Amino acid sequence: MKKLSDIAYARSGDKGANVNVGVVFISKDYYDKAISKLTSSFVKSYFGTMVKGDVIRYELPNLNALNFMLYDSLEGGGSETLINDAQGKTFGQAILMMEIDIDD
Amino acid sequence: MKNIRVANGQGFWGDCIEAPAKLIKYGKIDYLTLDYLAEVTMSIMQRQKKKDPENGGYATDFVALVDSNINEIINNNIKIIANAGGVNPYACKRELMKISKKHNIDLKIAIVEGDDIYNDLHNLIKDNHKFKNIDTNENISSILNKIYSANVYIDSFSVAKALSLGADIVLCGRISDPGLVVAPCIYEFGWEKDNFNMLASATVAGHIIECGAQCTGGNFTKWKDLKDMDNIGYPIAQIREDGTFDITKPENTGGLVNKFTVSEQILYELGDPKKYISPDVCVDFTSFNLEETSKDVVTVTGVKGDMPTDTYKVSISYFDGFKSSGQLTISGPDALLKAKKSAEIIWKKLENIGLVFDKTSTEFLGLSSCHKSIAKTPNIINEVVLRIGVKSQNKNIVERFTKELAPLITAGPPGITGFAGGRPKVKEVVAYWPALIDKKVIQTKVIL
Repeated sequence: MKKLSDIAYARSGDKGANVNVGVVFISKDYYDKAISKLTSSFVKSYFGTMVKGDVIRYELPNLNALNFMLYDSLEGGGSETLINDAQGKTFGQAILMMEIDIDD
Repeated sequence: MKNIRVANGQGFWGDCIEAPAKLIKYGKIDYLTLDYLAEVTMSIMQRQKKKDPENGGYATDFVALVDSNINEIINNNIKIIANAGGVNPYACKRELMKISKKHNIDLKIAIVEGDDIYNDLHNLIKDNHKFKNIDTNENISSILNKIYSANVYIDSFSVAKALSLGADIVLCGRISDPGLVVAPCIYEFGWEKDNFNMLASATVAGHIIECGAQCTGGNFTKWKDLKDMDNIGYPIAQIREDGTFDITKPENTGGLVNKFTVSEQILYELGDPKKYISPDVCVDFTSFNLEETSKDVVTVTGVKGDMPTDTYKVSISYFDGFKSSGQLTISGPDALLKAKKSAEIIWKKLENIGLVFDKTSTEFLGLSSCHKSIAKTPNIINEVVLRIGVKSQNKNIVERFTKELAPLITAGPPGITGFAGGRPKVKEVVAYWPALIDKKVIQTKVIL
């Protein structure tokens, strides 16, 4: 098991009522190993009640990165929502607390 | 090979006010770009303009910036491209001309107009332009009588034209954020509309630097590795005629530029990486390579682009009711229990007088409010902030809500504080409606 924070960087932001989370792995080796584990459905279940809609994953092998779109995750868009993290700024830190089943 | 240095000194209205001045003085830059507009900013400006049609509706910070740095801007031969014009670039220009006169310096200020379609919107709708919400597919008729602003994200060639006419400062309204960087490349390198790879490359450069310090160590996962965050360097893109570019920052500044600070920002607010659509080009974000070529220098090569779409994106904002959020700090033994009890009391009291809201929220800041079940629950919660909010189309009941927080200090559980700021404010909710419009009906114009 590896902590994602030991093998990757992450940043998140809002797109309407949705959040995107980018995960950049520290090496191609970890990117290749993680790609079969860090699936859309795994990420969807990890975020639990934080994500009401679907999760779609995009691959950026040139950056050893994955981009996740988390639909319906802000209880309304930027200015309508009442939640404190209205722009999904903290989702990147949340994904880094994940543990994934990969070895060196 | 010919190259230009383009900096970004403002990622949003409210960003560090010293950053543009430092870039002007120490950045050795050719162009300074400043991004003042978020989606909601346009609606605020449109309302300022309604109150004061002569003088309201642009980014006033920009005028102060030019006033304090005008000599260095001229001496260092720096051109400025800013979307500071908002919905009233004429008023912004007028103020800048006063400053130009005061300092006895001849500033050429161009306005790029054509983005603001607020006054034409009803005619466009009559002419069968649909303005369907591209996120929800809803029909515009549902918001028609409550629209605050409507602006088209115009292309970068219009801005390049202003530079070719000799402008020192180009004032835009709504232009795509990366377009602030694409425009000087088009002008300097003579790129044509079908130089898709080059336009795409400059668009990536613009995307990387458009949020200021977010590519130079700001909001960075490995923040503990950074030095001198109090003097963080704002970004510079050194772009070559062939489209390849370096991302860097001024010497003797804090922060960091490496593959990861840049990659994090490339992914920021990104959707499908193969279909990044700008008004100028469609960019493939999976096409290019990053390389650390020197200390605090990342070189980007191989960006691929393709033909743009035949529509512009339109950003429409509209009135969507009222909201208010307030908070109380709850301390001491059983802090969380007391906070939960306090929330229960407030909601019960509002229910007792028959108030029903469209939306409510109850959060306990300090305890998993951001990360829910992902965060580990601490053994001892010694204090917590109760944050509570409502939204309604009815302003009166939102106002009534704001009066229910303070009484908890004397009439609720013990150890509650943090109400020095008075009752929470009632805010208008300005919602955002993204749509598309046929490029053929939008005419941009440069006024010098």
